[in-house]
Amino acid sequence: MTSPDLARASERLVGTRMRRREDERLLTGRAQFLDDLDFAGYYEAAVLRSPHAAARIRGIDTTAASAASGVVAVYTAQDLGPILHDLPPKVTHPNLNRQTRLPIATDRVRYVGEPVAVVIADTRYLAEDAAELIDVDYEPLPAVASTGQALAAGAALVHEGSESNVAVHIVQQAGDPDTALLAAPHVVTETFVVTRGGGHSMEGRAIAARFEPATGQLTVWDATQTPHYVRQMLAVLYGMTEDEIRLIAPADIGGGFGPKAQFYGEEAIIPWIAMQLGAPVKWIEDRWENFVSATMERAQTHRVQVGFDDEGHLLVLKDVFEHDQGAYCVGLQVPTITMSTLPGPYRIPHIHSELIACYTNMVPTSSLRGAGRPQAVVAMERMMDRVAERLGLEPDEVRRRNLIQPGDFPYAVGLLFRDGSPLTYDSGDYPALLDEAARRIDIAEFRVEQARARTEGRLLGLGFGMFVEGSGLGPYEGARVRLTNGGRILVLLAASPQGQGYETVYAQLAADAIGVSIDLIEVRHGDTALVPFGQGTFASRVTATAGPAVWDACRQLRGDLAAAGASMLGVPLDEVEVTGPGVRVSWAPRRALTLREIAAVTNVGRHGMSLPDDLPVAIERTAYFKPRRAVYSSGIHAVIVEVDAETGKVAVVRSVLGHDCGTMLNPLLVEGQMLGGYAHGIGNALYEEAVYGPDGQPQAASYLDYALPTALEVDRPELFHVESPSPLNPLGVKGAGEGGLIPVPAAIANAVEDALRPFGARITQLPVTPSRVIGALRGQDGA
Amino acid sequence: MAEEILPGDTVAHGTVADADQREWVTLTVNGSRQSGYVDARMTLADFLRRDLGLTGTRLGCEHGSCGACTVIVDHDKAVRSCLMLAVQAQGLAVETVESLAADGQLSPLQSAFREFHAVQCGFCTSGFLMSLTARLREGPILTREQAREALSGNICRCTGYAGMVEAVVSVSRAAEGAA
Repeated sequence: MTSPDLARASERLVGTRMRRREDERLLTGRAQFLDDLDFAGYYEAAVLRSPHAAARIRGIDTTAASAASGVVAVYTAQDLGPILHDLPPKVTHPNLNRQTRLPIATDRVRYVGEPVAVVIADTRYLAEDAAELIDVDYEPLPAVASTGQALAAGAALVHEGSESNVAVHIVQQAGDPDTALLAAPHVVTETFVVTRGGGHSMEGRAIAARFEPATGQLTVWDATQTPHYVRQMLAVLYGMTEDEIRLIAPADIGGGFGPKAQFYGEEAIIPWIAMQLGAPVKWIEDRWENFVSATMERAQTHRVQVGFDDEGHLLVLKDVFEHDQGAYCVGLQVPTITMSTLPGPYRIPHIHSELIACYTNMVPTSSLRGAGRPQAVVAMERMMDRVAERLGLEPDEVRRRNLIQPGDFPYAVGLLFRDGSPLTYDSGDYPALLDEAARRIDIAEFRVEQARARTEGRLLGLGFGMFVEGSGLGPYEGARVRLTNGGRILVLLAASPQGQGYETVYAQLAADAIGVSIDLIEVRHGDTALVPFGQGTFASRVTATAGPAVWDACRQLRGDLAAAGASMLGVPLDEVEVTGPGVRVSWAPRRALTLREIAAVTNVGRHGMSLPDDLPVAIERTAYFKPRRAVYSSGIHAVIVEVDAETGKVAVVRSVLGHDCGTMLNPLLVEGQMLGGYAHGIGNALYEEAVYGPDGQPQAASYLDYALPTALEVDRPELFHVESPSPLNPLGVKGAGEGGLIPVPAAIANAVEDALRPFGARITQLPVTPSRVIGALRGQDGA
Repeated sequence: MAEEILPGDTVAHGTVADADQREWVTLTVNGSRQSGYVDARMTLADFLRRDLGLTGTRLGCEHGSCGACTVIVDHDKAVRSCLMLAVQAQGLAVETVESLAADGQLSPLQSAFREFHAVQCGFCTSGFLMSLTARLREGPILTREQAREALSGNICRCTGYAGMVEAVVSVSRAAEGAA
């Protein structure tokens, strides 16, 4: 099933598993990531960072550093006065206790890793040497290293002068949850803890800048997901117009996953220094810096109650959760997404969703692939299995009895989404996802095998996780399409990719929309000089926003090409077709024009010559797509695990991952997104934990301590797709970037608990590490 | 102690050093002899990237864990170039990702990576290709389990490794079939 617009396309490339155009340069070492670019005569920056989770800065002596070999300049807050402005949160709330970052610390530091000084030198080696010579006089202060600690009576205050460490307290309700809880025949209650994890793009953050005095132009290269957003932040900070700043996200960016969609102090400082010095300056985040200064996510504690009837029908859901905001508010997008993701694919008449976000002395948190959804899914889906357990139902059956049905759309959940609009699902087929996953797993057969395995002392368990994901968010995204003077089609995207394959998929889309050969189409992206306005790549939004924008611009351009062809060929407009190399007369295919021949007249022209009224000139179209509201992807993970009761090790035995992102433009790329998300989900479920000590010191700031999954930990899951096109955009598309991750931690925790059910052991903390499994077996709840 | 610079040598320029900390180093990179002064503490990775302009070798963690900077030393050793100093490569033969596509043709492994969608952002790709190239010189990788073992020294955050597993097995099976 595809949308009518796509079905009309004359030459269908959309929907095919086209191999990627990006790959050859990446495979041969010719790709150009930011640190590979040649900035002639550049200096390199090193950032001195706080070693304390909380401290007062009594003084900074940079004398020795400034005199060190190769050092050009040393900057502290004192030297950066003109840009010492708040970095505003991305998503905020009227009740927010607004504690924002400055580009660099002034008199206080509030997390290990906070920037304190910047050294500019001939090379990074020398800059780091000099940074070690900076003498900072710190007065260490008590630190807060968990939301529990933050909310405890008498807790140290992360921000002096605040009444408490609470950043924001928000309650959302649908129906009358308190009454419903009292009336419910059955109520189950549990507390679930999800710990911190990181994005871990293999390329860290990176930025370089050069100022051109002759034009007043500041050019900034930034390995960012959001070039136009960074340009806007810089324009405001520097008092420049958007036209004076050109922000280039390089063609190759080594992963994003959310942390690169935020704006950081280094992005404010490095271009500023480049302007001060009149020389290019480059800063490359190293891995340690990535651990202690790139935003993280996930840390939440959920206290959940679910009320249900004898048949397992959900009556009421109440979730009160603490969210770790870190030392400053970078934005409230994550916890507000958690609030609205909670009910998932189920009809729940009464809902209470309550957020308590806290400041802590740890790296600020922000969006990270999944962005608050995996935690919400843990709260909801873990409880679904508890309901099933209470009633002696299979986990698929209790879900089946509560799913929103295909005929229910548009479905109003009763809560508000992060943009403040009523949470309304556009389309989906949740029973199809569940039935297909259950069919593939064959639960009845599994139970036989599980019982047999138990007689052999082997512990097998089955878990499910389902989700609904708001994707394709506003406000808008843009695309510009141009007939080049040389007779090619250039598709320019505002958004920049970090491995998603935009150069391939948008060429497919453009070829279908225009009708010419894909060989004539080139896609470029991530340069504010190419498209004046844009938002960026985050929240699985680009396919559903840039996709329709590309389609719209290309359809308009197709009209221009047809009109130009008709005028130049001397036939009526309805007697030409745009196809292959250009435009031809439909009843006389040999009467044809190539794109180059058209461009020679419409774009290049001849000085002083007049053109016919019906001939379009300067063939270029720009379109912006503004979604009415989010579209809703959905998915399911069904997993069988084996738990080693001796060691606590959890092994995934079988994994089925189903996903619905509406129309798939390129199934190969969609599957790539699912597989990558799944691997990240395995990390969150079993391995990855950004451990902090009670003093706020990071304990896992290298890959020796922070366990990223390798190929030994991740095997390919079975994939399947359901396609429920969205009615909210002309392509029927929805986001695909996060769905492979979102259900995985919940499903695996459910499976581990199922494996341990003979012992009554409870798994309540993620990741499910061996020590937590052993703790659970010893009756230490989730220890 | 400078050696004689031969015709055709590329001479690298040390970028970081006080003169007394520099060492003269001569090595072979992708088949051509390279000589130059390098700072004693300069990593092989930085030497390749900065002095020789071979930026296909990338730095992902600089502590030997992620494998993005893997190069091949003396034909069969997959080495983390972030952990090896340039001066330690004195007299050795180093191969980087830039050497894999001979005469502009992708190697079978590179082609298979494309075919099986084993690349997304591509930042880790060079390291995987070099690790696997070294491993394949020891013998074929015929099963998924062997492939996962061979891949397990490198980290990829984008792909979930699935395409790489299929790619490397397909290459070995095709080679076995042809043999």
